[in-house]
Amino acid sequence: MKSLRLLVPLVIFVVIAGFLYVGLGRDPREVPSPLVGKPAPAFTLAQLHDPGQKLSTADMKGQVWLLNVWASWCVSCRVEHPLLVQLAQAKVVPVIGLNYKDKVPEGLAWLAQNGDPYKLSVVDADGRVGIDWGVYGVPETFVVDKNGVIRYKHIGPVTAEALQQTILPLVRELQKA
Amino acid sequence: MKRLLVWTFAFVVGAAIAAPPDPALDARLKKLDDELRCLVCQNQSLADSSAPLAQDLRREVRSLADAGKSDAEIKAFLVARYGDFVLYKPPVKSTTWLLWFGPFILLAGGAVVWWSVSRRRGRRSGVEGESIDATAVTAGVERARALLNDPRE
Repeated sequence: MKSLRLLVPLVIFVVIAGFLYVGLGRDPREVPSPLVGKPAPAFTLAQLHDPGQKLSTADMKGQVWLLNVWASWCVSCRVEHPLLVQLAQAKVVPVIGLNYKDKVPEGLAWLAQNGDPYKLSVVDADGRVGIDWGVYGVPETFVVDKNGVIRYKHIGPVTAEALQQTILPLVRELQKA
Repeated sequence: MKRLLVWTFAFVVGAAIAAPPDPALDARLKKLDDELRCLVCQNQSLADSSAPLAQDLRREVRSLADAGKSDAEIKAFLVARYGDFVLYKPPVKSTTWLLWFGPFILLAGGAVVWWSVSRRRGRRSGVEGESIDATAVTAGVERARALLNDPRE
């Protein structure tokens, strides 16, 4: 009994150290989105390449799609961009670009320079739709299922690892459903 | 030149009429922005941050307030989009019980430990200390008496 009591501080130490160790590996910038599992916020926005045409979230019903938030001023968008171009070539899943708080000519020039992986991009000039989607750091990528429900959110540049291990398996699973 | 002045004057007056200053609303928004966290610079409130997103969210908060929404409704609007993280004061719910009550549990645990240790120590030092003192005093007194009565001194 006495020796058990001596172990108590050790146990407390191990538990606290365990919590702190897990906390060390976490990125405080990644705020879990309350929108995962909820219907995607509706928008109807002008298309980047053809301002006369609109795209609304309702048009995407019935298919699994990705929403990628990007901007020409966004530095880390350049990091993920080659991956998105590859993804577009594989034609696995349509990616809609949300051109966030950008100027149309600059956005167009950026796509012309870096390649356009998007089925189409829509213009969110004042960031109002971004707020509805809980966007706080560009780039962000959402996976939306056939019923228009957000199933996953990736914050920051998409990595090959995240794409292969999380996003694409989820997309395939949702496409089967 | 005169034309320009007239236009400038008209513009300034127009702007002033369009947005009459409202100190009460400003104070309310300031207080609200102070309680909301900027998601870009996470250790700053919306009021303090100059990040573009914080400016947008301040604008959003203002337009919601203009639309007659209450503070709670405005907070709910932001929580629905960004999660509890936007609140500097997290709500009390099952996932935050540890956060809210953990410190009090630790405090109570500390108080129990302190109480039991001090009780044990108090009991031990009380009993032993008294007996040691008593014998020491008695011995000292006897020694002094013996010395005083010693005819050789």
